[in-house]
Parts: sequence; structure tokens; C-alpha cells
Amino acid sequence: MISVNNVSKFFGGKRALGPVSCEIGTGEAVGFLGLNGAGKTTLLRILACDLRPSAGSFAVDGIDGGTTPHHIRSLVGFLPESPPIYPEMTVGEYLRFAGQLRGLTGSHLKHRLPEVEEIANIRPVHHELLRHLSHGYRQRVGLAQAIIHQPQLLILDEPTTGLDPAQIVEMRLMIQGLKEKHTVLISSHVLPEIHQTCDRLLVLRDGELVASGTEQDLSHRLESCRIAASVIPGHEQSGTGGVETVLSAIDGVHSVVATERGDGVIDLVVETGSDIRADISRALVHGGYGVIRIDRADMELEEVFLQLVHGDDDGDR
Amino acid sequence: MGTVSVVFRREFAEYVRSVLGYVVAAAVLLLAGLLFYAQALGPAAGERLSGEVLARFFYTMSGLVAIAAVALSIRLIAEERQAGTLVLLSTSPVREWEVVLGKFLSAFAFLGTITLVSCYMPLLVMINGKVSLGQVLVGYLGLLLIGGACLAIGLFATSLTRYQLVAAVVASVLTGTMFLFWQLSLVLDPPLSRVFAGLAIHARHFQGFQVGTLHLRDVVYYLAVTYFFLLLATKTMEVKRWE
Repeated sequence: MISVNNVSKFFGGKRALGPVSCEIGTGEAVGFLGLNGAGKTTLLRILACDLRPSAGSFAVDGIDGGTTPHHIRSLVGFLPESPPIYPEMTVGEYLRFAGQLRGLTGSHLKHRLPEVEEIANIRPVHHELLRHLSHGYRQRVGLAQAIIHQPQLLILDEPTTGLDPAQIVEMRLMIQGLKEKHTVLISSHVLPEIHQTCDRLLVLRDGELVASGTEQDLSHRLESCRIAASVIPGHEQSGTGGVETVLSAIDGVHSVVATERGDGVIDLVVETGSDIRADISRALVHGGYGVIRIDRADMELEEVFLQLVHGDDDGDR
Repeated sequence: MGTVSVVFRREFAEYVRSVLGYVVAAAVLLLAGLLFYAQALGPAAGERLSGEVLARFFYTMSGLVAIAAVALSIRLIAEERQAGTLVLLSTSPVREWEVVLGKFLSAFAFLGTITLVSCYMPLLVMINGKVSLGQVLVGYLGLLLIGGACLAIGLFATSLTRYQLVAAVVASVLTGTMFLFWQLSLVLDPPLSRVFAGLAIHARHFQGFQVGTLHLRDVVYYLAVTYFFLLLATKTMEVKRWE
């Protein structure tokens, strides 16, 4: 569906994006993660043919974005972070205008209007002026304009920004409903939203794509591996200092955090370069510790996100 | 042309329901009425030939129309850029020239409506004096042409920036400069004087319309200026996608 090849974007000599390459299949729901300034919005605007890339190429549904962006625009629905609404128009007038811009006319537009109002749950405000609507309603109207022409590709840039928790849940449900009919690209800082809505994540840092995959893929692909263990010290050991010394001596161990439970068990969290559970258990047994549990601890999405977006230097935070 | 019509209708409706549209219309018609009274009906007007009164009316109106054109045009793109609504147009399958043309035609239609509402003044001259309908129609053609040219200049200015104030300054400087080309031509030697006289937006090219004389070269001049600045506005919008 989407093919991005070494796309870069410079604003006044400053690199905002790239080079970035990725492939997105038809029907996928892909989340773009990254801190502010990571290049998410720039990449989405390029894919929506709002901006032109400074270098590289991309294609949507086999149509080259560099030479025929006009054709791509008819396949794309775009909701920017701030919905592009005209405050002096009513909801109905605005959606009719958006539909006409996308080439809908006559009976097709007449039938489609109530449909999108139903999907976005904005039927009750059909006659309201947009300037009188709350932010939540404006965001829904923005979503309605993005899907009015039934685009193959739906691009949502931070769709839940500024919404209250109830509205976020509602928007998430709407997006999940849209996944069935559209390829969906979403950027967001709200990690649970990406986690629950998207099939795949693309992580951007300083304009570059640093990782791609499911939450679990990303967790596994990280250079750092986390191993959790619980041990019972032998008679001659006491405190947590001994076990930390034993484990720190193993090649590939970056850090050890040992916590004593009240029942005499010590819980360990070991950061390593790779999965060296066998080495760790051997060293513990050899050191006189009884190993009652040793497991690989997959990181939560939030931790994955923070490690990826902050980079290696800050990865231990 | 379908998309041009969609953009045109939205923009024209915007003028009709905005305060700006009514303020500009009221200011132009009020000033035109006052100046007409002073020049044709008031105690200081004196005895004048009706043709001369009509020429003075079109001369005054041309200045007012030019100012109104700048005032109406500066919001067209800058306001959308500022409010973030331009993204709706720029991510729809609409070409830049369609956006520019739709916006230009809406402003032109509104400006034309304001201009035509002033027709009661030349009609008064017609009824009470000796001027032909042709002279009035040619005068109004001139007003529409100079108004269109100034709108195109304003549209180019508004395509450059997101700030309406900056657009207003750029449009005023460009239009003012093109008015002053005539004064410049008077102090320069040929061939430069001829070049500047030919480029001046008002004096030489509008004189014919004032007195009811239609020269093809003047019509072509205004159409060329309009086309040139609309093309610049279109290219500016295209270039902005690269920035």
C-alpha cells in the first residue's frame, strides 16, 4: 500500500526527517511513536501529499508521490493535530464542502453525509456552527471530513490531543471501527492508544526510523535484555551485596538490582546485553544461591518507547 | 472547473457573512457618495460638463476600488494558513491554480457587486446631463479591470505569508509602486520613461476608461497584470510545499 524510500525533509537547511524507508501493507494499522520534533508529523504530512520531500521517493497504492501527488490525495484522508475547520460554517455545510473538494456530488454526497455523521457520532450537531462546538466535537468533525470520501488510507496526526479520558476512549473505539475499512496511520504520544489500536509500531527519533514491529518485537529487538530472578541465599550469604557481586562478574551483565523481600527471598532484576539466563543461573548456583525463579522480563510498551526515543545514551533511565 | 466553483462558493459566502465584507462595502460606498457629492452636487462643485463629472467619478472610484481590492484579498490565503485550514485544501485533490482561481473569482464577484451598487451616481449624471450609456459601461469595465488586477496583486501577497498584516503591507507596497510608475515615467528619459508609463497601473491605462474610450491595449494590460500575479500566487503556493 505505502512504500517509502529514503525520504528526507529539510526545513531551511535543518533536517527534520530522514532518510526514512518503510513499507506499510494494505489494511494495516500503524502507529508512529516519537517525541516532539522526532519527525512524525512531517512524515505523515508527506504521505498525505501536503508537503513534498526534499529527497527520496514514496508511493501509495503504486502511485508515485513525487510526480502525481494529486492522484494520491484522492486516496488519502488526513486529520491534522488541529482539525482544519471553518468556525463560521455549520457542521453540515463543512462536511458538504469537504466532500465536494474530494469530488463527491449529488446523491452520493447526500447519502454519505449522514453516514459519516453517524460514524463520528455528530448527528445531533449537524446544524451547529463549528465555532460553538467543544474540542471533542471538533475533533470528531475533523475525523468525519477525513473519511467522507472513503479513502483507502487514513492518516491521523495525534487524534486524541486535548481530549478528556471519556472522549479518548470514544475516539479510540471510532478508530478501531475504521481499521476494518481503511489502512490507518496514527501518530500519538498516548502510548496505550497506539498499543490498543495499532498492529505495528514505527519509532522515530531525531527524524530517523529507529525501530519497527509489534510491541513484543520491539521489546526483543532492543539491545538490552532484562532478566528477572528470585533466589534464596545460602547460610553463609547475607544481604544483597553478595549476589550483586556474583552477577556483576558475569560477562554481558550491565546492571543488577537486588531487593530483599521480607520472607528471605531476594528479587533480582538483571540488565544484560543478551539472553544469558543459563550463565546467570549457573553463577547463582555456583555462588551458593538457591534459584527459585529465573525469567526473561519483556518490557512494557512505555519502557520500550522511552528507551527507543531517548536513544542509547539515555536508555538506562 | 467543478472544484473552482466549490472554492468560489465557500469564499463568497464567507464575504457575505463576515464583518470585513460589510465594512469594506460600506466604506467604499460612503466615500464614493461623499466624493461624488463634493465633486458633482455640492456648493463647491461649480459648473461642469456632465462628461467631466463622470470622468472624475470614475477616477475617484478607481482609487477606492483598488484600496477595497487590497483589503478584500489579504485574508484569502494568509488567514487559512494562520488558522490551519489550508491543510484541508492542500490535502484534497485540488490543484493550486484551482484554489487561487476560486478565491480570486469570489473576491472579484464581491468587489464587482460593491462597485456596481455605486451605479446610481453615474445614472444620476446620465439622467441630468448628456453622457451615453456606453461611456458609463466602459467606465465600469475599467473599474472591474483595475479591481481585478489589484485583487490579483493582493492574492499574490497573501500567498506569501501567514500574517495578514504582512500581506497587507506587501500588497499595498506593490500596488502603490505600480501606481507611482506613472510619476516615475514623468521624470525619466526615454526609453525608461516609456517602459514605466506602460507599466503604470492607473494613469495611462485608465484614462481611456474614464472618458468612455475603450482601447484594446488597456484591456490586455489589465488582463495581463491579473494573469501574471495569479500565476505568481499559484507558483508561490506550489513552492510553499517544498519549504
